[in-house]
Formats: sequence, C-alpha cells, structure tokens
Amino acid sequence: MNMNSQEKIIEPLLFEKSVPDRAGIPLPASDVPVTLEESHFPASYQRKTPCEWPELSEPQVVRHFTRLSQLNYSIDTHFYPLGSCTMKHNPKVNERLVLLPDFVNLHPLRPHVLSQGILEILFQTEKWLCELCGMDAFTLQPSAGAQGELTGILVGRAYHESRGEKRPVVLIPDSAHGTNPASVAVAGLSVVTVKSTDQGHVDVEDLKAKLNKEVALIMMTVPSTLGLFEPRMAEIAKTVHEAGALVYMDGANLNALVGLVKPGDIGVDILHVNVHKTFSTPHGGGGPGAGPVGVKKHLEDFLPVPRVIKDKDVYRRSLNYPKSIGRVHGFQGNIGVLLRAYCYMRLQGLEGFREMSESAILSANYLRAKLKTLFPKMSKEYCMHEVVVSGEGAFGPGIRTLDVAKRLLDYGFYAPTIYFPLIVPEAMMIEPTENETKETLDSFCQAMEKIIEESKNEPDKLKSAPLTTPVRRLDEVKAARQLNLKYTVNSNL
Amino acid sequence: MNPNDLRYTKSHEWISADGTAGVTDHAQHEITDVVFVELPKVGRVCKSAEACCVVESVKAAFDIYTPVSGEIISINTDLSGNPGLVNQSPYEAGWLYKMKISDDSEREKLMTYEQYQEFLKSN
Amino acid sequence: MFIPHTNKQKQEMLQTIGVKSFDELLTNIPQSVLRPPMNLPASMTEMELVRHMEELAEQDRLASSYLGAGAYEHFVPTSVWALALRGEFATAYTPYQAEASQGTLQAIYEFQTLICALLGMDVANASMYDGASAAAEACLVAAKHTGRTDILIPETVHPQTRQVIDTYLSRSEAKTRVIQCPKGILDPETLKQNLSDQTAALLFQNPNFFGGLENVQALSEAAHKSGALVIASTYPVALGLMAPPGEYNADIAVAEAQCLGLPLGYGGPYLGLFACQKELIRKMPGRVVGQTEDNDGRRAFVLTLQAREQHIRREKATSNICTNQALCALASTIYMALLGKQGLRHLAHLNFQKAHYAASELEKHGFPLVFKNPFFNEFVVKCPVPPEKIVQKCATERVLPGLPLGQYFPEHKDHLLVCVTEIKTKQDIDQFVQMLKKI
Repeated sequence: MNMNSQEKIIEPLLFEKSVPDRAGIPLPASDVPVTLEESHFPASYQRKTPCEWPELSEPQVVRHFTRLSQLNYSIDTHFYPLGSCTMKHNPKVNERLVLLPDFVNLHPLRPHVLSQGILEILFQTEKWLCELCGMDAFTLQPSAGAQGELTGILVGRAYHESRGEKRPVVLIPDSAHGTNPASVAVAGLSVVTVKSTDQGHVDVEDLKAKLNKEVALIMMTVPSTLGLFEPRMAEIAKTVHEAGALVYMDGANLNALVGLVKPGDIGVDILHVNVHKTFSTPHGGGGPGAGPVGVKKHLEDFLPVPRVIKDKDVYRRSLNYPKSIGRVHGFQGNIGVLLRAYCYMRLQGLEGFREMSESAILSANYLRAKLKTLFPKMSKEYCMHEVVVSGEGAFGPGIRTLDVAKRLLDYGFYAPTIYFPLIVPEAMMIEPTENETKETLDSFCQAMEKIIEESKNEPDKLKSAPLTTPVRRLDEVKAARQLNLKYTVNSNL
Repeated sequence: MNPNDLRYTKSHEWISADGTAGVTDHAQHEITDVVFVELPKVGRVCKSAEACCVVESVKAAFDIYTPVSGEIISINTDLSGNPGLVNQSPYEAGWLYKMKISDDSEREKLMTYEQYQEFLKSN
Repeated sequence: MFIPHTNKQKQEMLQTIGVKSFDELLTNIPQSVLRPPMNLPASMTEMELVRHMEELAEQDRLASSYLGAGAYEHFVPTSVWALALRGEFATAYTPYQAEASQGTLQAIYEFQTLICALLGMDVANASMYDGASAAAEACLVAAKHTGRTDILIPETVHPQTRQVIDTYLSRSEAKTRVIQCPKGILDPETLKQNLSDQTAALLFQNPNFFGGLENVQALSEAAHKSGALVIASTYPVALGLMAPPGEYNADIAVAEAQCLGLPLGYGGPYLGLFACQKELIRKMPGRVVGQTEDNDGRRAFVLTLQAREQHIRREKATSNICTNQALCALASTIYMALLGKQGLRHLAHLNFQKAHYAASELEKHGFPLVFKNPFFNEFVVKCPVPPEKIVQKCATERVLPGLPLGQYFPEHKDHLLVCVTEIKTKQDIDQFVQMLKKI
C-alpha cells in the first residue's frame, strides 16, 4: 500500500498530523514553591523515555474528531435496525442533565450526607425497575449485560450452596447470545445446551430430559433471540422450579415487555436489564452500558455490595450483607448511564412504557408482514419487538446475507444483526424499535425488495457492495494475519 | 502426502502412517481463510478424539481433534507466520503436528480415502 | 413519548399485518400476566424533568474536595465532551459493519496506540469496564497462561479493587493472597518470601492506594525470577513523570483511566485499561481494532482477533465481556490528543508539586506524613483528632478533606488519605490547611 498517496487515506491519524513542540491545551504554570529536584523523587522511579503522544493544536483536534464522526452511521443519522440491540432514540435532554456540574463532581466515596440527591435517584431507579420487572430487589452495580449475567449466575450459585446443594450445570438454549455460555464459564459452571424446535422455541422435552439435581439454573432470553415469546414459558418455569433450579432471564429483549408483562409474573427468579437498550442510554459505539440485576426475595441477600438503603428518610450505602457475592465494580457502577435511565423512566411513566413496547411490537410485525413475500422461510408466528428472517432461498444464486447487509448500507440503512441467532441459516435479525416512522419502515422494505431483485439481475453489485460508504469492503483476513494494532512509524506489530 | 495413503476421521482430520496429522481439503474449505492455528505443546499425551488444536478463521474457531491416541512429538512451526498454508496445502505444508501413535490398530479403524469420499457424499 | 405513529397509521399497519386489534399479536402471552398494575410515577415533560433533576443535583453541591482514592478530580477541556457526545459517535454501536463505522474504529485504533505509548506496552485492547475489572481479568489471564494458581497482592492495592478481583476469581482455580505492608509499600524481601513455584502473578498498584511509589524494578525482577507474571495497575496521569509498566517489564498493565477526561460521576462510567506484551495477545480479553485495507487499497480499520471473543468462542472465550466503555475510550482519546506529549508531562508536574506543597504545609501544622515513601499526588497524614470527625466537620462546609483509612485498615484509624491535583491553587491549599488546623 502506498501510504503517501492521499486518496488512500480517508482521514490521517492523529500521529500523522503531529509536529514537534506544537502546543495543545495550555495548563497554568505552577504557583507553589516546590520543584521536582528538591523533593524526594528518585531518578530510578522516573520515566526514561517520554510518552510519545502526538502534538496538535485544539482546532486540529476538533476537526479531526468531527471528521471521524462523519464516517459513522448512527441512530441520529440513519435507521439502525440492529436486532437485539434496541437502537432507539436517545433523548438529548439526558445528555445535558448528566453533565450538570453537581453530578459531574460527585466523588464515589463521598459520605452519604453529601450524596443524598444521587442516592435518592439510585434508590428510586432500583424501586421502579423492581416494579417494571416484578422483582423484589435490584443491584445497579454491573457495568453491562455480560457483567450482569456473571453477577446473576454467581448469585444463583451462592443461593444453591447456601442450601447445601452443589449444582454445577447451567442449561442454555442453542439460540442464546454467546455471552451466556461465556459468563457461565467465568462463574465456574458448565454449560449444557438445550435444543430448539423447528419453530425456534425451547424444545421442552429436551429440556426435561436434561433437567436434574445437577442443574443450577436455566438462562432464557425472553422474548427469545428469534423475537418470539415462549408459548410454554409457564410450563418451563414450573418444571425448572420443581427440579430445584432457578430461571434466569437474559433481559436483552426487554423492550418488548416493559409495561406489558412483568418477568417476575412468568416465573423468572433472576434477570439482568440492558439499560443501554431498553432504557435509551446511548450505545456509545460499544458502551458504556449498564446491566442491573433483579432478583426475587429468596435471592436478595446474595446481591453485590454496596447496596443503597433508605433509613429513616436518609439514604446510605450499606455493606452489611454477609451473604453477598461481593463487589463487581470498583465503585458503584456506571452511574452516568443509570442517571440517563432514571430520566427516561421519568419521561415515560407507565403509560409511556406501555405505548413504547406496543409500538415496538407493532412496527416489527409490520416489517414482518411486508417482508413475508420476500423471505420464503419466515416463521409462521407473529413476532414481538424484532423479526428474524432467513436468507435461505431468498436471494439470487451465490448471494449471501452478508452481501445483502453490505448493500443495505448503500441504500442508507445500517445493516441488521446478521448470522445470529446461530440456529437460523443466513439469519438477519431486524429490530425497528418504537421510534421509526412508518415511512422509514416502508422505504426499508422497498430497499430490501430492490436489493433482492439486484441479487438476481445484478449480483456483482451485491458482491462488491458497499459502493457508497467511506471505504469499500475490508480485507479482514489481512487484518487478522498481519496484525497491526497500533500506529508505528514504519512497521506492523 | 498422497491423500490415498492417509486415514480420515468423521470430524475431517487426517493422519498418516508415520503419525503426521492435519485437516482435510474439505475442512479447509469449510473453515475458509485460516488466520491463526493454536498448536498443542510437544510432549502432550492425548487420547483419541481429544481437542488438541484450534484453527481460527476471521469469524469462527474450530477445535481439531486427535484421530488416535498418542504423544505429540513435533508441531508445524511454519504455521505461526503463515497460517494460510492450511488452505493452500492441507496435506503437505499445512500439516499441524506429528504424534507417536500408541496403538496402530486405532489408525487402522479410521476411514480410508475412498470411505471418506463416500462419507462426504452421504453428508 | 417519542412514538411517531398516528392513530390512522396504527390502523393501517394492523391492516397490513392482517389483524383487527393489537392484542391479536400477543397470542403467546397468557392473559393472566398481561398488563398488570404497576406503581410508577406519572410521566414528566422535558421541562419538568430538567427542574426535577436540577433540584436533586443541587442537594449534592460541593465547595471543594481533597478526596482521591482511585477517582480523581482533574480539569477536563470543554472540547472533550463536546466532541465525544456528537450523535454520530454516541448513538452508534459496536462497529460490526466496519464500512459504516470507520469513525469509531479509527478512534479506537488511535486509543490503542496512545495507551501503548503511555504504558510502554506492546498491545492494548479497546477498553474494559473499569480499573478493578481490568485487574481481575488480568489475574484470570495470568492463571490461565502460567497454569499456576496463586495471585499475590500487596495490601497497598486499592481494597475495592481487591474485592472485585476476589469476586471474579471466586469460582476459578486461582486464589489471591494478600501481603501485609506495614511500611506503606511492598518490601521486595517480603515479596521474595511469599513467591513460590505456584505463584501465577504478582499484582501491584503504583502509585499505590496510600499514594506511595512502589519499588517496581525490584518487585518485577523478583516475581519474574520465580516464573510469575507481573501485573502493574497504574494511574495514567502519574505516568507523565513515573516509569511506565513497560520500562520495568510488566507482562500486563491495567489502569483506571477515569483521570483521562472522564467526570467523577459517582463512580462511573469509567475506563479500564488493559495492555500486555505480545506473547499474551491471544489471551487478552475484550475487543481490539486492527488496520487493514479495503477492496480499493484504502487504509481502513476493523475489529480483529474476534475468534477469542464470546460471540464466537462462547464458553471457551477469553472473557465474557461484550459491550465495553467505547465512548469513554473515545473521550480519553480526545483528552490525550489535546494534552499531547508536553502537556502530559506538565500535568504530572503540577500534580506532583501541588501535592508536595500541601503535604509540607500540613506537616507544619500538626498533620505529619505517616510514610516516608516517595509519592505522586496523594499521601497519608496522621490526624490529631479522629479523621471521621474531620470529615464530619468539613461536611458542614461542604468540603471533602480526604478518606479516613480506618474503614479499610483498623491500624490506620488515625490516618487520612489526602489527594491534591492540578485544579487546586496555592490559595486553595492554604485555606484548606487553615480549615483543618482549626478542627
């Protein structure tokens, strides 16, 4: 690659714009009578080579990151139907409120007398999450869904052990997110996979065959990753409970249920909530999220510490839970994310939440109805908040879901989640959320129709898509074989 | 290696009479471009059908199983710099490891080239 | 709220779907659990919400703070969040479609480069949840890599970091062992007595929880001699002056990088750094971005090494982490770019100088330093009255004087951990010393 050729570079790296001794943000001079030399700071403790950060002016930095931002698709600029990620509108007011100086300056180890405002917010957030989910207690500490899973599994494991039971196995349907088995592994338990039926539901007979005294819990995504509500949920929960195991719900798809169904009412003992999905906090290009975990009464004592408690109108952080699994965050969690979730709950109220979930379900089913003729292998059932289609038999010869996804980018849509769930061949998982207009949904379906036509008449267009994005299809094999994970003047790592 | 002289597993590994092992041409097609191979430690003693290597493509990782029991006596170090050899030459330069076969009768029980071709057709 | 469908459109949509009423779509949900009563507050308008939140925030207003202990008050240039919160960054997700996510991907590649330069390490990932979980994941990597079980941790590592490590390790083969440090730093001789052929790693924090600088070179050499890995937890701002982990051959470097442009925000979202030597690259948890090119030969960036991750490897993944702290990593990248090479050094100097001035003034006025170790911007003083009483008294003035250590270390019940950063002027410090003197 000729690195000197400008057209081969979309936006130079920070390091390529750096000039020695150029000043960035100025800091004031020292106003105290202390110098490094006089103090007790041995040379052997000091840095030998300077930290080679680039040297840029503030206007350069501003332009650089503004230009980078323009290379992204995002909710604010595009329809972003990434299934299972709930890419809904992120209210701008929340961004303003978390930057209130009094929130910004809140040190996490402040004494409670100087943190009553924030503690009230956290206390109420837990209470309302309990109400929406039908749970008895929540911890806000986990930083993301996967850390919530780990927390929930550790809580379940501690519960069984407190009753003198060793249960080393976790049942997971084959349609589950990869984080489920990965979290089970970190929690030191082993995974047994439960099959799905042809309709994509849990194969209850297979589940029953695998359920025994070894099983600590079953992890179910509700609605499932196929966007379907499990029709035999009540029976599953009853069977699992009779075997002495717990029902864990992966709340990734909670956006379909808020205000409509309390997970606690359908037999769920533990769940995590992805607030960056359901409660509208920005996804940030991959985080930060937050993954609060809710439990029924019998599991409350095992939640992480510190917990927020209210004691005679005074809010405190309490460590006094001897059965707790411990701490999962250095302080008390991704509070800035939870603050936004609190604001969102305040904006919605119960009626707002119901309307939200219903609208999400309506929009997904509308997409399903319009796409049905294009995708012959569509599931027979109505979906919840997202629709999963299989590309099998839908496209021209040799065209794969990946090609269609890339071509969608040319039509101005971010691609749906693809090749997931694993049990659907050539899967495409489309989640419109409650925020997209009917007009947008219509034009998405039109684009899909055109692309399928192209896949039959002009397959090369799809094979070489995207054509209009800042860069074309990438050589991922080269990226993995010749690892280059940081800028150096002349070489790869 | 001449594919006709090798023995094959249902999980698409091959092994020669001298204990050299790798993945089949069919397997490398399924895996697509190999970007990394994690090889076993020399000296490791494996039972048959034990996961001893991982072959990675960009979007997937595949466990590779030992066709028979034995001790790993050497590994193909060329793969660390050039994992694509598995794609280019699955039966020659893309071999994975060599093992000292504990019991040759185990190898005898594996599929011959013709049987493996039949197996592929029937799947 | 935020729903665009009109009633007419809803009817049209139901018609297209082929149902008469919305509830026909919910056939799998038993009526008995549908739309239960819920006790939630009524919805607020944006105008009401702003007022409500301002009132809550105001309750926690503060005059000034000398509290550090793992979360630090540093100046954040306005550009940092003005840029990071641009919708194109904030409302995108994990860059699965690289062609439509080059902004996020290039920024992460730049982040990895800046972090490697800062820490002196070969590779860095795209971030972890916080410094504590990064430390915990590092311990898991070390145990897996060495096949050993013991993780040695001096008590000079933040107690809350140690608690998170214990939670993460609670169900693994690996176990932590805490080494006492009566001198406020880990004595290399004490370390040597604790090392064995079962030691998977030594994890230390530098500057440590008491603000003191560890004898990193000696510690690292001793640990390596016994075949253990060295995990260094560090404070990025201090590395403008202090030797970075790469200079003393740490195998893994982790850090809480809240100090690089993130607000205190009551504990999060913060930014966990994880960097390592290249031998450990495939055992590294989390996402990583690599450079490649597109079909036209243009330079481009993409998520790589994904086969280690949970969405592919499931229960065999290097970690269960999926969503990380990407936006915080972006904000820190902007902060690092604004500061630059000279700025970092100057910033570290300011912290060092102001803290040393404050320490010497406090010492003059009856608050002697407890340890004689070199320190950066944080130090422990002995108080003439119980530190809890000082905190209580200062709270009435809405000032945070530091952290009483008795809650973590009974033997330090008379001691207060004080932090001074670049944001304090000489006048601030003088007033603070006067205030403490009067108590």
